[in-house]
Amino acid sequence: MAERFDAVVVGAGPAGSAAALALAREKFSVLLVERGRAAGAKNMFGGRVYAWPLFDLLPEWEKDCPVERFVTKESLVFLSGGASLSIQFESPRASTDRASSFTALRPRFDEWLAKKAEAAGAMLITGIRVDELLREGGRVRGVVAGPDRIQADLVVVAEGAMGPLAQKAGLLPDLKPESVSVGVKETVELPAATIQERFNVGEKEGAAVVYAGDASMGLRGGGFLYTNKASVSLGLVVSAEDLARKKVEVQEVMERFRLHPSVQRLIKGGKVSEYSAHLVPELGLGMKARYVGDGVLLAGDAAGFLINNGYTFRGVDLAIASGIAAARAAVDARVRGDFSARGLASYERHLRALNVLTDLETFRATGGYLKNERLFALYPKLLLGITEKVYTVDGSGKEKISEIVLDEMKGKAPLLKMLKDLLDGARSM
Amino acid sequence: MTMHHNPLEGKSHFRGVWVFLEGRKGALRDVSVQLIGEGRRLADRRGVPLTGVLPGHDVEVLARHAIGYGLDRVIVVDHPLLEIYRSRPFTKVMATLITRHKPEIVLYGASKNGRDLGGRLHAVLETGLAADCVKFDLDDEGNLDMIRPSFGGKSLAHILCKQHRPQMASARRNVFLAPPHDPTRHGEIVREAVDLSEADIDAKLLEFKEFVREGGTRPDEADVVVSGGYGLGDAKYFGMLQELADLLGGAVAASRKAVDSGWIPKEFQVGQTGMTVRPKVYFAIGISGAVQHLAGMQESDKIVAINLDPKAAIFDIADYGIVGDLFQVVPELIRQLKDLKAGKGPVVAPLATIA
Amino acid sequence: MPAGGPLRILVCIKQVPKAQELQVDPKTQTLKRVGVPSEINPPDANALEFALRIKDRMPAEIVVLSMGPTSFDESLERSIGMGADRAVLLTDRILGGSDTVPTAHALSETIKKIGGYDLILCGEETTDASTGHVGPGIAGHLDIPQITYISELDIVDGKVRARRTAEDGSEWWEAAMPCLVTVNFGCNKPRAPTLSGKIRVKRGGVIVHWSCADVGIDPNKVGLKNSPTIVAKVDTVHLPPRARKLFHGEPWEAVAQLLKALVKDGVIRP
Repeated sequence: MAERFDAVVVGAGPAGSAAALALAREKFSVLLVERGRAAGAKNMFGGRVYAWPLFDLLPEWEKDCPVERFVTKESLVFLSGGASLSIQFESPRASTDRASSFTALRPRFDEWLAKKAEAAGAMLITGIRVDELLREGGRVRGVVAGPDRIQADLVVVAEGAMGPLAQKAGLLPDLKPESVSVGVKETVELPAATIQERFNVGEKEGAAVVYAGDASMGLRGGGFLYTNKASVSLGLVVSAEDLARKKVEVQEVMERFRLHPSVQRLIKGGKVSEYSAHLVPELGLGMKARYVGDGVLLAGDAAGFLINNGYTFRGVDLAIASGIAAARAAVDARVRGDFSARGLASYERHLRALNVLTDLETFRATGGYLKNERLFALYPKLLLGITEKVYTVDGSGKEKISEIVLDEMKGKAPLLKMLKDLLDGARSM
Repeated sequence: MTMHHNPLEGKSHFRGVWVFLEGRKGALRDVSVQLIGEGRRLADRRGVPLTGVLPGHDVEVLARHAIGYGLDRVIVVDHPLLEIYRSRPFTKVMATLITRHKPEIVLYGASKNGRDLGGRLHAVLETGLAADCVKFDLDDEGNLDMIRPSFGGKSLAHILCKQHRPQMASARRNVFLAPPHDPTRHGEIVREAVDLSEADIDAKLLEFKEFVREGGTRPDEADVVVSGGYGLGDAKYFGMLQELADLLGGAVAASRKAVDSGWIPKEFQVGQTGMTVRPKVYFAIGISGAVQHLAGMQESDKIVAINLDPKAAIFDIADYGIVGDLFQVVPELIRQLKDLKAGKGPVVAPLATIA
Repeated sequence: MPAGGPLRILVCIKQVPKAQELQVDPKTQTLKRVGVPSEINPPDANALEFALRIKDRMPAEIVVLSMGPTSFDESLERSIGMGADRAVLLTDRILGGSDTVPTAHALSETIKKIGGYDLILCGEETTDASTGHVGPGIAGHLDIPQITYISELDIVDGKVRARRTAEDGSEWWEAAMPCLVTVNFGCNKPRAPTLSGKIRVKRGGVIVHWSCADVGIDPNKVGLKNSPTIVAKVDTVHLPPRARKLFHGEPWEAVAQLLKALVKDGVIRP
């Protein structure tokens, strides 16, 4: 017996579950298929969710959403040698604030969102892998999983980064190594009280830290730290190309990072309970994905909806927003009775309206800018060198700041190049 | 056919120890003989006769021979339809005899046929059957204490069947030692009849193909057993153990985990639900020492354990142990044994160290 | 007897703690079942696979049957995911503590209530209790032929034909239906659940729960009180004392000492 649904969503991560939820609400019969044993079982991220799309999707979301801590403290830390320079921004934000963000643990968060999709009427099936898109005459008409063919007017591919379906469907060119990073993360268990004390935050509050410079041993990328209720997520995102070029294992970079005194101070006494690694597509729109096809839409990481601009990492919120946009496009297509690429064309408009595309475009240049190696080794070193001198009082005679700056820079970087880098930075960020 | 059997009839009506005798190709199975020995011990303690039960066809000579192992009598049910083992007629025979004679204890060898029979029979008689016992005792009330290893931990479970009769138990081959045979021993042969007809034949044996022994002795008959466990990690490493076994003139065996992992057929499994072996030396390689495994080999003369984990339970029951990587130790053992066989002198370090 | 209609195949399964995860509760000295990952008793999965292979080739209805707590639904759902048509769980508190006699009785009564069966498949034994009694026990109660320890199964001319693995060789047996067969562990590769199978589970209505009263089972025939055998006590193993001599050093050193000892014991002849 052939099964039929109005829509099949592949992958019950944030993009898939959001799409399934929104589609079910619009009275589509939805099949949400996840290959892991449970939603989120195979997912990993740095640790933070920007909450704004949840307000549209689930007005009462914070009542039962598995939030670890609301982020009220942002830090940017430059590391060089044993020294560090931190810029910290503190701002308590209520959970009802659309600009709020929170740390989360993916298995719990993803499972919560998938259950919401089920409650809205989607049929969630776990432990099944979709092998192929079902095609008829060039159009996607459903999915194939093992011996089964499920027919649908629309397939939303939300299978995550590096998934096979999008590529098989010809919607995604092969990813180039420079556009892929390796993300590694440890979960370090610490008592809640210790976390609150070390980071100086309240019971439901937390910190988000971004590390630059020596964090990644001069390789392009950065470190991060997010506080959960009773643990800390510590990790790195590093360019896969750089790892290969400099013949370094990512574990080595991670080890160096965690041993930095600035990091050690925060995680001391903690027990590493989990270690995970994931591939991260870096360049967002640089990936040149086509995300609308005949009978098919790409959402979330599968479509490259990811921003890494060096001081902000965003994936989950864009994924959820793209799921919402996909559902809106489906509604438009249903009105016209046309699920071809033309009928689904409003997807782009909806993505734009939700600022998914706009933000990606804005920060498209950031990706290019962040390829500048000087950002990851030379400049942090210079910056810290300067700062160190400024703060060193050892009786050897103090110079003025301007003199220190010129002194440090001598022979290390031509002034013009530095100025250009500064301007480019301002423009692209 | 259901035999109604009132458990409250009064235990005192049930007397005597019985052993189900299984014939195969004109001889008694080892396990039946071994159970006669154990049955004799229990019968003596209970002060009751020991009876063998032998359903079959043309089994008079076999019955007489069986007496020599220590039976007081043998009940023979001779019928052409009993020539080979079949579930239904054998169950009918045993149920009829048990209801007729009311033994207090019936012992079965846990061969495949024995288990086939015991399973069907105990349900029909609605009485207790304890499987794969490693020891028997009698409690203060004269109940049979049926002892078998308990799952998981290092413990033995004592099973009692207090209110129902007969108390039935099975034991696997080589758990008990065979008693000596005395051809001059006197005993009674009782011929009994049980109503059997073609209607009782509900399954037909179409063909039997005997296994061709691929040379080498069976693990439960070998002097040396080289046994592999979960630590081997892959089926192909049993080849290495086979080489070692060949050098020692022994047989390869395996733990349940290795069998469950699909690396070697169940025929090679040593343990509570596999074979019981008692070789001169048992090599436990990459075997942790779960109590169900020990039940199958703990009475070996000498036990040698090779395992990476110094805390493995196997070391507690080993005479000799090497805590180390079996992938280094076993090839080294093979190398030195070859040298030994070749008559080479005192052992020296190998020219190249295995990294 | 099949009269041209689909074969009704019953498969008896039990949910057991996953093999590597066997844990004993130190307080009760019984197997820990709660909070431990479970699976379909592997030989039962092999039995179900045979049923599915028959259904691949001819019209058949597969009913999976189990006796236990409601947590056993997990295995019943998996069975339907694999392709079974429906499932019955006999679940009732009064069944607690049943040994193989009441278990065989209760399952037989349940099978009688399902009725119309042509073939009953069971695994050869369970990984937790390992008695192997229940399959033959059911056959005894239902008074049908039984073929145990089979590795191959076929339906030929409306009869069951199976290869039984005896200790000394293979026996090919044939029996008319209805009959019962017990299946060897590992004799086939059980298939994975499919998407359509899982969708059927989600749609619901394929698993029913029956109590003893629903089936008409006499409470005086089941449960701990009515089990002929009990575990009277559990004590630690007493093994003969062993030398426990460990050989240390490089592999070549340790092995040299080991061989020396074994030669000295006369266990190995140089």
